[in-house]
Amino acid sequence: MPPKKKMAILWSRKSSAEQTRNLKQENDMAYNTLTIEEALALLRKKELSAVDLTRSVLDRISSVDGTISAFISVSAEKALKQAEQADRAYADATAGPLAGIPLAVKDVICTTGFRTTCGSKILENFSPPYNAAVIERLEGAGAILVGKLNMDEFAMGSSTEHSAFMTTRNPWNRNRIPGGSSGGSAAAVAADMCLGALGSDTGGSIRQPASHCGVVGMKPTYGRVSRFGLVAFASSLDQIGPITKTVADNAILLNAIAGYDRRDSTSVPREVPDYRNTLKNDLKGIRVGIPKEYNSIDGTDPEVKTAVETAIETIVDLGADPVEVSLPHSDYVVAVYYIIAPCEASSNLARYDGVKYGYRVENAGNLLDMYHRTRSSGFGQEVQRRIIIGTYALSAGYYDAYYGKASQVRTLIMEDFKRAFESCDALLAPVAPTPAFRIGEKTDDPLTMYLSDIFTLSANLAGIPGASVPCGFSSEGLPIGLQILGKHFDEGQLLNIAYQFEQATSWHTRTPDV
Amino acid sequence: MNITKDEVAYVATLARLELSEKAIDTFSEQIGDILAYVDKLNEVNTDGVPPTSHAISLSNAFREDKPVEHLDRDKALQNAPEKEDGDFMVPKVVG
Repeated sequence: MPPKKKMAILWSRKSSAEQTRNLKQENDMAYNTLTIEEALALLRKKELSAVDLTRSVLDRISSVDGTISAFISVSAEKALKQAEQADRAYADATAGPLAGIPLAVKDVICTTGFRTTCGSKILENFSPPYNAAVIERLEGAGAILVGKLNMDEFAMGSSTEHSAFMTTRNPWNRNRIPGGSSGGSAAAVAADMCLGALGSDTGGSIRQPASHCGVVGMKPTYGRVSRFGLVAFASSLDQIGPITKTVADNAILLNAIAGYDRRDSTSVPREVPDYRNTLKNDLKGIRVGIPKEYNSIDGTDPEVKTAVETAIETIVDLGADPVEVSLPHSDYVVAVYYIIAPCEASSNLARYDGVKYGYRVENAGNLLDMYHRTRSSGFGQEVQRRIIIGTYALSAGYYDAYYGKASQVRTLIMEDFKRAFESCDALLAPVAPTPAFRIGEKTDDPLTMYLSDIFTLSANLAGIPGASVPCGFSSEGLPIGLQILGKHFDEGQLLNIAYQFEQATSWHTRTPDV
Repeated sequence: MNITKDEVAYVATLARLELSEKAIDTFSEQIGDILAYVDKLNEVNTDGVPPTSHAISLSNAFREDKPVEHLDRDKALQNAPEKEDGDFMVPKVVG
């Protein structure tokens, strides 16, 4: 697409009327740049058909995904069929709240219409016999699923470099990682290859790629969104959430996926507010906490620091009251996480045994030989590394020293947040210590890669919600995100702060030149 | 704390992984670094601190003990690498 045309659409994001006018003058290729909110408005007024919208998304995928590598699977046929249904639903006034919106989901979420690989050779040809709860909800709301998105194998990684199939490129700079593990989801949204996406977040895997790709990501409270049909990595930490171009879109998708599901025994039976209605409150009197320990985190890029400090000033200018808070156990978060997550993973990944589904090595002599060779050739290096760490930390003689100790310090980390939230309504922090790093920069040094998760891991350990919203760019033109952390089930508060900040700034209107 | 090559090889067997000599070398070094880092947890006094396995406390999620529809056999078997007469097939277990 010629950049000029794209700019015309971009500038028009401010006003819907102006936008419609511009759209009519433009080639319909540009529909893929719409937000979910804008597309729904046009679909409801019948000024746009779901088929045209879906075609523009599919065309965009064909033209740019060769360089970005965000999609593991795409189904044009299935998507267009769903789009035709959506158009019929609009015609007879039975359209659901997401009717005709082309979305894509991380390939860790089970779908009957697409194989579900988890970015792993061991599940390369896995066709789930059922849909995940979130897929039922999205499709029930009329959304269209165009494809499945790349990720680090079994969601273990911060860069998508651990995918068995390919490394996704950052749309802002193709030599940079898009973040991970939901890197495919964030890159696809940033490059306008879908209107919104779902990711999963076990230690930052929604927020960090959203930050690196300049889009909005939300990890909801643990138990807010059903994990039924989400392939398990670390069950006490995993949570599904939306990645979108704007905060309003994030609220729209969260509305669709949040809520109790009896098939996930950790799902919480608690009423879900209409998150769009939470975006309307001003920030006067909202207390935003600034964790003092985060000021001295080693390796935080000065440009990230400046962008986050400026964002905090903007939020204070909007009426919020800044409060200094303390999270005394911040220095232990990475150590706790990199024991607990591998322990849970080593147990969860025991199911890949070459018997029930997935890859099996050929010509195995006996059962044990089949297990060993299937698993060592089916799993990549990072997954095997974490299985070994987890198995070691859970083994006789080491359990108390590692898993037991980490679970106790986890309690202290949770108490830190509880205490901090006595004096504030939300916390503001960086998402990642640096903008997106170079492809290949950290692959040989897993510990350095783990340390880059410092700001995001604690939300998973404490089960609290966390959002990432664009708050600036580095001098090299790479996006920087602001992280907003909140109390359990306070996603509405986070979305409101993110929304007021977004409306006061213009970072979200910039798009990469893909 | 360091992890020896023998320990890596032993734990790999427990986890049903077959590692090459080279992988054992690399893993013992990398995992040794990670465990050495994790040792900083010993700085924290956790006397009397209860462990957390779950951030949101829920009591047991019970349901009524009534039979319900479940995945049918063909679907459950559709991804099996090898199946026969409605069963999963595995290589011989002994020998």
